[in-house]
Amino acid sequence: MTAVIEVTGLTKRYAGQAVVDGISFQVEQGEIFGILGPNGAGKTTAVECMEGLRKRDGGEVRVLGLDPRIDGRRLHQRIGVQLQQTQLQDKLTACEALELYASFYPHPADWRDLLERWGLESKSRTQFSKLSGGQKQRLFIALALVGHPEVVFLDELTAGLDPGARRATWDLIRQVRDGGVTVVLVSHFMDEVEELCDRVAILEQGRIAALDTPAGLVDQASAEYRMRFRPMAGQPGKPVPDEQALAALPGVTAVTRSGAQVIVTGTGDFASAVTAELARSRVIVADLRIDGRSLDSAYVALTGRSMDT
Amino acid sequence: MDGFSRLALVETKLFLRERAAAVAVFGLPVALVIGFGLIPGFGDPQKGLSGQRGTEYIGALGVAIVLAILGLNGVPMVIGQYRERGILRRLGVTPVRPLTLLLADLTVWAASALGSVALVIAVARIGFHVPVPAAAGWFILAVVLGIAAVFAVGLLAAALAPTARSAAGIGWLLFFPNMFLAGVYFPTEEMSPAMRQVGNFTPLGSALHAVRDSWMGIDPRPEHLGIMAAWALVCGVLAARFFRWEQA
Repeated sequence: MTAVIEVTGLTKRYAGQAVVDGISFQVEQGEIFGILGPNGAGKTTAVECMEGLRKRDGGEVRVLGLDPRIDGRRLHQRIGVQLQQTQLQDKLTACEALELYASFYPHPADWRDLLERWGLESKSRTQFSKLSGGQKQRLFIALALVGHPEVVFLDELTAGLDPGARRATWDLIRQVRDGGVTVVLVSHFMDEVEELCDRVAILEQGRIAALDTPAGLVDQASAEYRMRFRPMAGQPGKPVPDEQALAALPGVTAVTRSGAQVIVTGTGDFASAVTAELARSRVIVADLRIDGRSLDSAYVALTGRSMDT
Repeated sequence: MDGFSRLALVETKLFLRERAAAVAVFGLPVALVIGFGLIPGFGDPQKGLSGQRGTEYIGALGVAIVLAILGLNGVPMVIGQYRERGILRRLGVTPVRPLTLLLADLTVWAASALGSVALVIAVARIGFHVPVPAAAGWFILAVVLGIAAVFAVGLLAAALAPTARSAAGIGWLLFFPNMFLAGVYFPTEEMSPAMRQVGNFTPLGSALHAVRDSWMGIDPRPEHLGIMAAWALVCGVLAARFFRWEQA
């Protein structure tokens, strides 16, 4: 796999402070690469250096083999960018915007097709200020794709979208990737990153705290998670289930009861051990759920704090 | 069509969609000429206007008003907005540079100013027998320099103002004193010598003088042309030096 983006020791300072502090990573062709982190972590600044919007203070960046600082013009013909918190002119219609932006690129996509795909066909003649938040968001994604880019940078892809639209957007982004486009996704939504990204870099105070697949990060973190179930029947004469036996299993840190529910807390692969033990003692359970084995808890474990701090 | 032409076309459409602005730029000066032109006797040379016909003077005022509206109001307000809303920034990641949008806008507004001036001359000529500007070459130079000077001031305001609202505010702060000192609210003939001198140094003041003179057939005074050129150059260079493409 060829690296489409190579970042080495990228540094950016504001007023003496390193907002991006010597980060290095590569993005492979055709992957969806996530950049996760709280506000102020430096993720937007890092991506802006990659897009050529900001001059970096140190390190090297190559996107499609081009240095954004030197070859910005050539690079902008081949990438698409969806920026956070941007507006267009109030009275510009959706189709005028797409047609205008399409005209900037040497080999643009069919903007009518994009309008349709992103559910904006009925709004093509609507002025920008009259679009809903979700429609504006989708228009900006379409604008990022209208140049038929090889790499797309998306910042807060589903901000302002309702749950149905979020899922639809994720599907469309997967289709974009399947068409051969490399996607760099900046997000603070754990579920989005978990759903979409092949690999994720967690940025914290300008440094990469971790870089792995979402599943890999979860494993790496060895965070605690919980398994819940409602036992139904077991062997007569024995407590159902045998809490001591469960607590003794490798990886289990606690076993508690909450009404009819049993909650087993642990790390690693304790869930398989628990199900094996339940099967062995012929305990039938209902409403089996595994909570917290997610990027959320991995994030907290890896960075020592939650996204909100 | 290249990026500049496409942007100019879109910005023209957007300008015309702002009904109030379009009416002000194309309608107001014409309305003034018609309104004053209907006053009996006003079309004759007026002693209080150094012998200039009243309607011709109003036509010149119309030119000054258009320059002020576009350059001191329009330029800072729209450019400040484009920056604050991220429109300039968004173009920074396309093959077309944000500067191209700025230049396209300035071109569209300059063309609108020229169009409005042509309309005023036509209405004054056809409706009220006001002769077309006698020193035509000087007149065109005066209008072009006036556009350059006033737009440069507006551009500098846009460059320095931190927000879109403050840019618009600075524009208004520049608009009224300039209109006043230039002799739009009452003629410079009625000002004290001191005030007249100050007005001479303002971009709008020197523009109005040069436009009035050349319309009457008198060569504009070199100092008026020079002052406009100086404003255009100094403010233009400063604006280019200090322009911010992004909201802080």
